[in-house]
Amino acid sequence: MKRTLWTSILIILLSVSCAPVDLNTPVQTYATGVDPGAWAFIPAGSFLEGQFDHPASIDYDYEMMVSDVTVSLFVRFLNAALADNTLKVQGNQIVGFYPGDVFHGVKHEIRIDRGDYIIIPTDDAASRFLFDGAAFTVKPGWENHPMTNVSWFGAWTYCGYYGFRLPTELEWEKAARGSADDRPFPWGDEIARNNANFYASRDPFENMNSFGSRTTPVGFFNGNTYGSYATLDSASPYGLYDMAGNVWQWTGDVYEGQHYRYMRGGSKDTYDMDLRVWVRNNATPTYYSPGVGFRCLRNP
Amino acid sequence: MAKRLSYLFHSTKGLILVAIAMIGLETAIFGMLSGPMAEMGVRDFVIRVLKMNLVQAEREGRIIILYHSIAMAVVAIETYMITSLLKMKEFYKLAVRVLITVGYMLTMIFGMGFAYWGHNWALHGLYITGLSLIFFAGVFLVIALWPWNKEYYQPDIAYARTKKGLDIERVAFFATALTTVISALFGAIPGSFYGNGFETFMAQDIIRLPEKTVMEYSVIGHLHIMLALIAIMITLIIGRWLNFKGILHKIAMPLMILGTIVLNLGVWGVATPLEPIAHMIIYVGATPSMLAALLLLIWEWGRLIREGTAHIRKPNLGQKISALVRDPLRFGPLWQMLFMNFTTSFIGIFMAVKLDEIFRVWPAHEERIELTGHWHVLSAIIATIILLYYGDMLGLKGKIRKWYGWSIIILSDIAFGAVTIFEMKRLFITEAVQQPLVNGLMYAIDFGLGMLLLLLAIVMIWRLVDLFKKEGRWTKEVDHELSEEVTI
Repeated sequence: MKRTLWTSILIILLSVSCAPVDLNTPVQTYATGVDPGAWAFIPAGSFLEGQFDHPASIDYDYEMMVSDVTVSLFVRFLNAALADNTLKVQGNQIVGFYPGDVFHGVKHEIRIDRGDYIIIPTDDAASRFLFDGAAFTVKPGWENHPMTNVSWFGAWTYCGYYGFRLPTELEWEKAARGSADDRPFPWGDEIARNNANFYASRDPFENMNSFGSRTTPVGFFNGNTYGSYATLDSASPYGLYDMAGNVWQWTGDVYEGQHYRYMRGGSKDTYDMDLRVWVRNNATPTYYSPGVGFRCLRNP
Repeated sequence: MAKRLSYLFHSTKGLILVAIAMIGLETAIFGMLSGPMAEMGVRDFVIRVLKMNLVQAEREGRIIILYHSIAMAVVAIETYMITSLLKMKEFYKLAVRVLITVGYMLTMIFGMGFAYWGHNWALHGLYITGLSLIFFAGVFLVIALWPWNKEYYQPDIAYARTKKGLDIERVAFFATALTTVISALFGAIPGSFYGNGFETFMAQDIIRLPEKTVMEYSVIGHLHIMLALIAIMITLIIGRWLNFKGILHKIAMPLMILGTIVLNLGVWGVATPLEPIAHMIIYVGATPSMLAALLLLIWEWGRLIREGTAHIRKPNLGQKISALVRDPLRFGPLWQMLFMNFTTSFIGIFMAVKLDEIFRVWPAHEERIELTGHWHVLSAIIATIILLYYGDMLGLKGKIRKWYGWSIIILSDIAFGAVTIFEMKRLFITEAVQQPLVNGLMYAIDFGLGMLLLLLAIVMIWRLVDLFKKEGRWTKEVDHELSEEVTI
């Protein structure tokens, strides 16, 4: 009896742990009504920065994308940039040129020299696009989801290609928090499960028994109801969506003595604490993941 | 009533029982605020029912107070054990116990009150008072342990001693207590600057910053060395309980002293210009300490095998293993120390060796999971060692002894093993396909730790019921000291 019990527990555990994940499980499609090509205006001025509300100021106006760059937008860029030789195919990667960083020889710092670096992998099953060797297309259903599996070099190249740039951490934080108060989340002081896409937030794109948490379409948490799932309007004070959760967002700062690039916003794979506006994450600029995307900034 | 209160707050076993109960209660309540409990919605329920007042920006501060509350109770338990196992003047024993008991109670009750139920600064003051009392208890303990007092010289040549009779084991206890008191300052000084240039942070969140302030280095050093010293102290305590002696004792104790001092110098060096070489000093210090623990393990396991096979002329391997594991409460503490190497020490060394090649290619978020997992496993293993020793103190016999001991070992090792795989999962699985594995590991962790807490709850309820009995077990424990129970 005892042996049967323990064997059963072990079998259940193993079967739960080793069940294969189908990355091509069909995805629901929802139109959120948020235009991924839109820009939000952020006026010059002071705001409270970081966990401890340090007074900070940005003395110029700027605009940031209302949402993360979507798979559709990025695929359009890939095809254009491949055609004009901005990007090239190198093995199972798309690579692009980066002029390099000044190396300071600090402990753990890795040299980033001038050269070609990975933009995206072409053979990762978790990517939301298809590549036939010549052109890119979007996997059906993922058009309005954030572009993921893109390196920092990929994000930097995309923004630069259109005359934009990645936001600095400070610019990102002001856009997320606004300038009126010390709110921890773009929409206010507290977080509910239907405010954002985070780990175990129980949104319609999540299946914790199989593929776990997946991205939601950009601007999904805008107060709309999708089927029986009602979202809360979770825009930042300046009208930006997904500044907390869904995907981490690459930022543009290159810090002296570090090769790491910083990300903000938390993601579908992190607990709600990482969605607070001041939380930072970082990785090498060649890193890519199904939980990392970006958005651009431009000067008005 | 007075007799029962006297048992709980005067006797060694009563004091240990109260501290374990406090830790169990705190772990059970506040463990429901994170991880899978938060996913399942239990956190929201607990916050609502207990009317907690949690501000998002204060999460890190809350956790720091929570860790300190639990750690202070663990330090108190170790102190009760030391004051019961080692000879010292009655005045110091009483002073140390009074100070540390009042100290950890204030820390725990008012610290948690401040952290989780709004910011009443009077509560914060009482929390700091508690920490200060514990510090002074440490100072008194150092004085009480002074090994150069001839009263405490070791007459028996079977133990580590100098020619004149200085008890080297007592020197090891003294060195560990002294360095613990000094190391506490490395946390206290930055803490006292809070609001005056020092801001709360979690070490795992700033680990990749190439430049840190002296205060930040000081806190990082403090948290590492305090846990290491708690681990060293419990090793010395277990050694004393098991009556560690002989040639291995004579080798181990000087190694323990050397390791403790060098390890401390290395960690303190982190906050000084010696920082670039501090890690090398730490490695040098950690090696003899770990070697000393290994010698204790070899000695005790050898003894268990010898005792268990004494009736067999030529025991085979199976009989030797059977003898080794026949008493989980004596086998367990040292097994947990060995298991610690697989779940923390070896992982830590592997991470250090492959840091830039593997771990720092991953996002900081992944590295944070490894660091926090490492820290939690290390502290929880120490807790299980205490619980195993406590099982022996309870006088558990026969099947209950075996059930209690093996439950702690197996349940905790399932959980710690699963945590270790969880920490290292990126070595063998990608984010996109990890969920089923994560689920399996979470079930294992929750099952292991949940059942362990349940076991602890059963023991606590048993002891509570016992307290209501006129001639309960507690009446036999009132005047009992741990030194009377040292194995022969």
